[in-house]
Amino acid sequence: MKKAVLYINQFFGQIGGEDKADFEPEIRTEENGVSQALNAALKDIEVTHTIICGDNYMGSRQEEALAFVTGQLEKIDFDVVIAGPAFQAGRYGNACGIVCKTVQDKFGKPAITSMHEENPGVDLFRNDVIIMKGGKSAAAMKKDIAKMADYLNRKLAGETMGCADDEGYFGRGLRHQVWPQGEAPASKRVIDMLLKKLHGEPFVTELPIPKSDRVPIAAPVKDLSHAKVAIVTSGGVVPVDNPDRIQSASATRWGRYDINGMERLESGVFKTIHAGYDPAVCDANPNVCVPVDAMRDMEKKGKIGELHHYFYSTVGTGTTQAEATRMGNEIASKLKEEQVDAVLLVST
Amino acid sequence: MTKAIERQGFPVTQIANLTPIAKTVGANRIVQSFSIPYPMGDPKKTPEDEFAMRERIVEKALDALTQDIQDQTIYKVDMG
Repeated sequence: MKKAVLYINQFFGQIGGEDKADFEPEIRTEENGVSQALNAALKDIEVTHTIICGDNYMGSRQEEALAFVTGQLEKIDFDVVIAGPAFQAGRYGNACGIVCKTVQDKFGKPAITSMHEENPGVDLFRNDVIIMKGGKSAAAMKKDIAKMADYLNRKLAGETMGCADDEGYFGRGLRHQVWPQGEAPASKRVIDMLLKKLHGEPFVTELPIPKSDRVPIAAPVKDLSHAKVAIVTSGGVVPVDNPDRIQSASATRWGRYDINGMERLESGVFKTIHAGYDPAVCDANPNVCVPVDAMRDMEKKGKIGELHHYFYSTVGTGTTQAEATRMGNEIASKLKEEQVDAVLLVST
Repeated sequence: MTKAIERQGFPVTQIANLTPIAKTVGANRIVQSFSIPYPMGDPKKTPEDEFAMRERIVEKALDALTQDIQDQTIYKVDMG
């Protein structure tokens, strides 16, 4: 029987929600929901230990968290590490990716995780780690676990594994030499492809080149002391009655709020409606996310020309990249009209 | 959002805690914040020290806007 160690966050470790996101890592031998489901799907592999760590702890104190993970793994006999599934949860995806990569680098043993395609952890770690294509939310738990288990069952049994698309994980950008069974030789396939291309017919390349979508670096501000600077945030800070009814998660709306004449954002006047982090500190002092007080000081000191009269806000949790791009475009058009020179974007 | 805004020609500094994510998504000027739930706050500090830290982060982010960078750049701030 091969041994697996599972990594999950505070939520799936049943420690708690956002209020427990700073949870220090712990290792446990008792079963939990995720390990039970895995053990039911795995063959000749058993989850013996679970490491639970808060997502914020892993995000902000990564070195300490990883030192704990590797320190524990040094003491255990294991064959594979399974992390997640992380669905569309960004911080959790980041954590699962870095744990898998660390395990592979340090121990030379396989690791696997699962994420939804919109999880930023996919682009961060797909080149290094097997990330199965998973569902959006925990509703896909059973299916995502079945996919990871099926892959591991065959991999650890020594079977020859297929390419990324066939196995259902995000391609790592690796090219392998394969012998296609029952297909025409490459010389014929390439000519067929060329003819299709010449005739304007659809064809599928055998060597896809990944596209990267980089934005050219905008020219710097020449004279900050005369510049109009705006604050934009994905931290969900809004007037307490949330006049634009921005959603607390998976937002599709954004707001523009007047701060002209305000020395700071007052608690009780502004708050956060973001459902992805503990709001207590931000509600008590919204300037920790939208730093109006510090920017006013910068104005007084002549560091900037002026703080723009409005700040812009939406919620960045579960928000798809497509919606974020659309909202970014809409906000940018407004900033242009208002002759803003530069932007501070605060993300949470 | 950072990318969409920068694409319109605005220099943007993203203040983010998970800087690797900001970098992967494509932000060009990135300043590391103190934490996820309070990017520029720290309830364990006195209000004065907390404000001083917030100013250091904001100042670094503003300075980043004036830098003629050639590549994605992450700036770190002394959190005190």
